[in-house]
Amino acid sequence: MSAADVLAILSGAVTTLTLSAIGILLGLPLGLAMALIRWGRVPLASQLVAAYVSLLRATPLVTLLLLLFFALPNVGVPIGPVSAGIIALTMNTSAFNCEVWRASLMDFPKDQLEAAQSVGMRAGLRFRRIVFPQIVQASLPALINEMSLLIKVTPVLAVVGVVDITRAAVRIGAQTYEPLPPFLVAIAIYVPIVFALVTVQRRIERRRRLLAAT
Amino acid sequence: MIHDFTVVWTERSLMLSGLANTVILSVLSAVCALFLGAMLAMLLLRRNKAPVVAARVFVDAMRCTPFLLFAYIVYYGLPSLGISFDNWSSGLLALIIYNTAYMAEILRGAAASQPPQPVEAGMAFGFSGFGLYRRIVLPPLILSAGPVVGNQVIQIIKDSAFLTIIALPELTHAASSIQSRHYVPFAAFISAVLLYWALCLVVETGVTAVGRRADARR
Repeated sequence: MSAADVLAILSGAVTTLTLSAIGILLGLPLGLAMALIRWGRVPLASQLVAAYVSLLRATPLVTLLLLLFFALPNVGVPIGPVSAGIIALTMNTSAFNCEVWRASLMDFPKDQLEAAQSVGMRAGLRFRRIVFPQIVQASLPALINEMSLLIKVTPVLAVVGVVDITRAAVRIGAQTYEPLPPFLVAIAIYVPIVFALVTVQRRIERRRRLLAAT
Repeated sequence: MIHDFTVVWTERSLMLSGLANTVILSVLSAVCALFLGAMLAMLLLRRNKAPVVAARVFVDAMRCTPFLLFAYIVYYGLPSLGISFDNWSSGLLALIIYNTAYMAEILRGAAASQPPQPVEAGMAFGFSGFGLYRRIVLPPLILSAGPVVGNQVIQIIKDSAFLTIIALPELTHAASSIQSRHYVPFAAFISAVLLYWALCLVVETGVTAVGRRADARR
């Protein structure tokens, strides 16, 4: 395996990270929107979201990705591997994020809402000033955990032909007849990224525990 | 569209054998991973240094590695070291090793929130070592970690779908072959997704039932 091969894997890493970032950035607000629909008990929409979340949480990402990649062109929506990958990642992570956001919304103290209401804040302002800052705090560790899970499933994108870390590694392995070194390089890229996220999550949780103890 | 689903229906034996393989893979690896994870958790809970560090490194390394890459290494990578398995053994092996780390971490986490008195009482009654762990420490851990273990079983079911890349004939692979044979992608993959959903609902119901029984015993 040459230096050029390592560079090829690194350029795959850029693709992996870009797609993960897009998935996270789209999945966070989407999950919040769905959580708000359930929190507000919007008729029909709330049940639809519940079914969507339950279904998506049970669907393996490979299956979802293959479904989007092969079925959408079949119904007349042309789609490339990259956009199929982004949609699959976003759908998957938004379902998990919805559950995280919803849990912190459920735990949100009612008296604060009533206090805000009694000083005349409208629903939008109440959410922006009172609810949102606090549920971001409460959800942060679980959201970071979900980000690390998202990054761990990204090798699936290689299945439909996105040239990410994994696809680059497979290609080099096939050319050199030595699959082990490129896979180890690929893992050496993934491990620190996921480990950094896990460490941040653990640190936030430990600080919370210490604050709660004092 | 209805016609596409009838095509999938005519291939139902292929789909069902895929489902059966997914169930076999998931059950076998869940049982083995839980057992090995419980053994590993015993190491993680010990005080002596060297084995704890080794177990810790293994658990953290697995938790930071994507399963698909791990499966690739077991199937394509190990043969260049002279160790080779067929796709069934390497798929199963990858699932078991990978999830052992997660199960161990789940049980270790559950141990942190358990009261120390029962263990002290057990020691006072002369339990020690493995006997103490098996009879006193482990049972309440498994009951209290039940829901999280259930989530991990769902994760195993979903991870088993990745094994389609090493041509293991599980559910996603069955759906892929039906779609490539008849060109009915939507019907084939939606059927697979619904079957996965059903499997996960079964696991969730099971976890709730176990939880209710655990509460009743308390």
